[in-house]
Amino acid sequence: MRRIVIVGYGMAGARLAEEIRGRDTENGTVTVLGAERHPAYNRILLSSVVGGGMTPEMVRLHDEGWAARHDVDLRLGTTVTGIDRAARTVALDDGSAVDYDALVLATGSRPWLPPTEGLVVDGAPAPGAVAFRTLDDCEQIVAASRPGAPVAVVGGGLLGLEAARGLASRGNLVTVVHPVGHLMERQLDPGAGAVLAARLATLGIEVRLGVKAARFVPGDGLKLDDGTHVAADLVVVSAGVVPETGLARDAGLTVERGVVVDDLLRTDDFRVHAIGDCAQHPGTVAGLVQPAWEQAAVLADLLTGANPAARYRGTPVVTRLKAKDVDLAALGDVHAGLDSAEAEVLCLSDPVGGRYAKLVLRDDRVTGAILLGAPDAAAAITQLYDRGIPAPSDRLALLLGRALPPGASAAHSPADLPAATTVCRCNTVSKSQLVKAWRGGARGVAGLAQATRATTGCGGCRDTVTAFADWLATADEGTA
Amino acid sequence: MTIAASPLSPSTGTVDTHCPYCALQCGMRMTGTGIQPRDFPTNRGGLCQKGWTASTLLDSPGRLTSPLVRVDGELRPASWDHALDLVANRVIDLQARHGRDAVAVFGGGGLTNEKAYLLGKFARVALGTAQIDYNGRFCMSSAAAAGTRAFGMDRGLPFPVADLRAADAVLLVGGNPAETMPPFVQHLRGAELIVVDPRRSATAELATLHLAPAPGTDLALALGILHAVVADGHLNHDYLTTRTTGFDDVWRVAAAWWPERVERVTGVAAADQRAAAAMLAAAGNAYVLTGRGTEQHARGADTVSAWINLALALGLPGTPGSGFGCLTGQGNGQGGREHGQKADQLPGYRKLDDPAARAHVAAVWGVDPDSLPGPGRSAYELLDSAPKGLLVFGSNVLVSAPHASRIAGRLSEVDLLVVADVVLSETAAVADVVLPVTQWAEEDGTMTNLEGRVLLRRRAVTAPSGVRTDLAVLRGLATRLGQPADRFPDDAERVFDELARASAGGVADYAGISYDRLRDGAALHWPVPSADHPGTPRAFLDGFAFPDGRARFVAVDHSGPAEPPDDEFPLQATTGRVLAHYQSGAQTRLVPELMAAVPEAYVEVHPDTATRAGVADGDLADVTSRRGTVRARVRYVPSIRVDLVFLPFHFPGAARANLLTNPALDPTSRMPEFKVCAVRLEAVT
Repeated sequence: MRRIVIVGYGMAGARLAEEIRGRDTENGTVTVLGAERHPAYNRILLSSVVGGGMTPEMVRLHDEGWAARHDVDLRLGTTVTGIDRAARTVALDDGSAVDYDALVLATGSRPWLPPTEGLVVDGAPAPGAVAFRTLDDCEQIVAASRPGAPVAVVGGGLLGLEAARGLASRGNLVTVVHPVGHLMERQLDPGAGAVLAARLATLGIEVRLGVKAARFVPGDGLKLDDGTHVAADLVVVSAGVVPETGLARDAGLTVERGVVVDDLLRTDDFRVHAIGDCAQHPGTVAGLVQPAWEQAAVLADLLTGANPAARYRGTPVVTRLKAKDVDLAALGDVHAGLDSAEAEVLCLSDPVGGRYAKLVLRDDRVTGAILLGAPDAAAAITQLYDRGIPAPSDRLALLLGRALPPGASAAHSPADLPAATTVCRCNTVSKSQLVKAWRGGARGVAGLAQATRATTGCGGCRDTVTAFADWLATADEGTA
Repeated sequence: MTIAASPLSPSTGTVDTHCPYCALQCGMRMTGTGIQPRDFPTNRGGLCQKGWTASTLLDSPGRLTSPLVRVDGELRPASWDHALDLVANRVIDLQARHGRDAVAVFGGGGLTNEKAYLLGKFARVALGTAQIDYNGRFCMSSAAAAGTRAFGMDRGLPFPVADLRAADAVLLVGGNPAETMPPFVQHLRGAELIVVDPRRSATAELATLHLAPAPGTDLALALGILHAVVADGHLNHDYLTTRTTGFDDVWRVAAAWWPERVERVTGVAAADQRAAAAMLAAAGNAYVLTGRGTEQHARGADTVSAWINLALALGLPGTPGSGFGCLTGQGNGQGGREHGQKADQLPGYRKLDDPAARAHVAAVWGVDPDSLPGPGRSAYELLDSAPKGLLVFGSNVLVSAPHASRIAGRLSEVDLLVVADVVLSETAAVADVVLPVTQWAEEDGTMTNLEGRVLLRRRAVTAPSGVRTDLAVLRGLATRLGQPADRFPDDAERVFDELARASAGGVADYAGISYDRLRDGAALHWPVPSADHPGTPRAFLDGFAFPDGRARFVAVDHSGPAEPPDDEFPLQATTGRVLAHYQSGAQTRLVPELMAAVPEAYVEVHPDTATRAGVADGDLADVTSRRGTVRARVRYVPSIRVDLVFLPFHFPGAARANLLTNPALDPTSRMPEFKVCAVRLEAVT
């Protein structure tokens, strides 16, 4: 019996256990060691919990009986204190040990807390401040933020803005404090960042850029390093994450920002693997769930032998802000300028309308894009990027979203239509047939219908045929 | 009505009947061979071009009027006795040498209830073979499987079509009725229409909201809309509590499919997914309808389940004024799947492996239940097994089966191929024996339309001399195989009465239906358990067809198309219908007016994609998949995705769209993946 031990019961660890059991229910034991007291939950949906659209119960990944049904030895509230690679065991905080044949580190990451005076007490956020990372954090945010109360969010990255939007939905007065000159600087160029800030302002979210929180005073708020003050009953910290790599480091595995893994998701010990936020693979950036899930699928293929040729080659990153009434997608290389020599760059900025669209192409393929307030374009361009499909030649239509066929317009006078135009689809009746029928003596809609069967299918062309009857009558008078 | 007339002469008088083509079964009135539309609830006086021209085929030069037997490699006219003797003797010989299952039967969803019923009985009693299935496997099987597991009963529309007229919102998934059943569109006029189709189809043009997912990603889209229903507070909690089971497991899956993630997989904007959820939730009366576009996949049954889950979350099925349904395609696609030509079923939608069902039907047939064979192979698997003998009724598998070149090869290995048809279809043309049979206006029979209503189609004209009804063919063969003649009546009404008894107590219960009631104009939707029962126009209002009366959510997850595009085959192809043609086109390609409308196969391509391939609008081009190449004329369609091409499947020979299609089969329904495969486009060299 092969013994697989997974350290971490977050989105990566839980998914891996599912993927393994989806392939193989008999040939090995699966042990999952989770430090949190909660069962696994869907971190992506936490902003919905903050926003009030979902309850904590709804974001749970598994029900009570899941582990038993799938023959998974799940141990919650269990912290791993060390790895003995020679003995192939992990040590637990209760003094016991678990043997493994394959060990998977899915330990995730923890919030990075900025060096703001008074913000951190004993390595954790001070009372009145909370990170935005766990379900406990969310419950704390929900409990502490009464409607109408001012709340400050430290960090104008993806998660910080999702938290801000959730809080605004609850009726809080939200200020986002961001140390860089524009929001989401990793994913957006300055122009997009500015339009985004303006868009958030219309939703009641104030954005303070290029300033750091210097001091936190519980119950009062933040003092910023430009001397200004942000009133806040609650401070939510979402300033980035740090991969949890302590176990790997202590075990002598190579750790840079994260635990370094190859395309087989192996560390430099072939029996020890890492996936998700704690792992560092050259093909992706940490902090997103899509890479973690793709890694889980590949590793399950490898660990169960279902597909020994499976390899993880990286995940193209598409950043999609999940915030009500703000539609933002960013992908690939967004920083190429309009004057770029080697890339084709299109950009449309509509600050008043809250829209910004930028498209970067190389060799006819989309290599980067920012789409704010352009949901149709975001969907279409993401597909082109992910699938490596050559972009349509009408770049403007692509940039603007739903491309309409050329020449499509609402109303045509019967006189303007080409003779071959099909008027009645159900019975394949063209303009020329209607004209011919008229010349043959057919009059009115009834007469034209009798002669050509136009209108006798679904009846959808009745108005058009009526217009034809009128036009033919008028034209007749004109020529008489 | 008995008509003494010379061959080919029309009867005198006027007969109310129904169109021979699709499941809408439009009402029409025939005077001789003249056709006028009739006010009937499904078509309300409308007819499409196929219906108007339907009688052209009655006296078409392409009509078969004599049995044909292959002699020295050529089909030559033969007498009925000679042809039937030949078939029976060969069958007896093949079964003696290779066993009963060596001879297989393949039916069709255009056959009347009587024919479908007698064909199943013929296979299981006269041939004693387990190997019978039909082309409905290629049509409704995914919808049927999903409907059965959710509701306990598969009736395409469990409500009359006319109910749709009062809808406030309709979500139509993978259906294109503006092309496939035009008069149906009248019923959608009052509603906000949401159409799911990768193409901007004629129906999508009518929509308030058009969602265009990448082919093969419908299941993910359904999960995304369901997620939005929950996240945006549209879930119908009361309905879930009182009328369903299993939502929690479905939510665990859907929770992982937030609309932004779904957008990345499907290409449908997250905002549009939320808009669809909101439109359906805001509607007082709402319907979710599916068609073949979402069903004809290797995960088709699960995909339909995903749409049913959405409908259940909104509280639609079994609620007055709302509902879930699938749009049956073939003329008798509904009845054809109920009465025993399906590999695993007995009449009345009974299961062949249910001892009580076997005992009931065997008693009606006067045979020992143990003599009935068990379930057989599904359509594609049956054809692919190259049986020693194969009898085909009402189907043109050389054009309509997936991976057509493989099926052509397998048919060439069949020792005895017998085809009963109206015209010399492509399949008939390669047969050893061809039996010419009557068509719709020349015979009596019942059809069950898309809303589960049983219709009587009466004889309106006299058949050409030289043709026989399918029932007479089966009787002729059965008696030659040693069956008592009265076990295989050739009078349609007698067969129907027996069918009604065989179906009694089954899911699709026709026990209370008779020709007399239908002649009197009764509108009878099954189940009709007794002669005084008014029928069931609206099913599920009091409960679903399970012992606990509750509908069942079924947890399903997305996995994507069986054959993703790659460098060698970078495009995806999908197939479908055009208004002017029906099914394999064997009939409609013989109608000059329809051929004038759409004379040849074509391939819809985005102009950019065509330009890259070096082909221009109107050029012939080759579309190639791992399984074959189709040559078709290029049509520029600026609204189609740049990575998608579309081909209609009505054309024969090198223009057969099914040369491309992937026979990956659904694990539950055994439906092939008609709607998506990987292809490339090339100029003709």
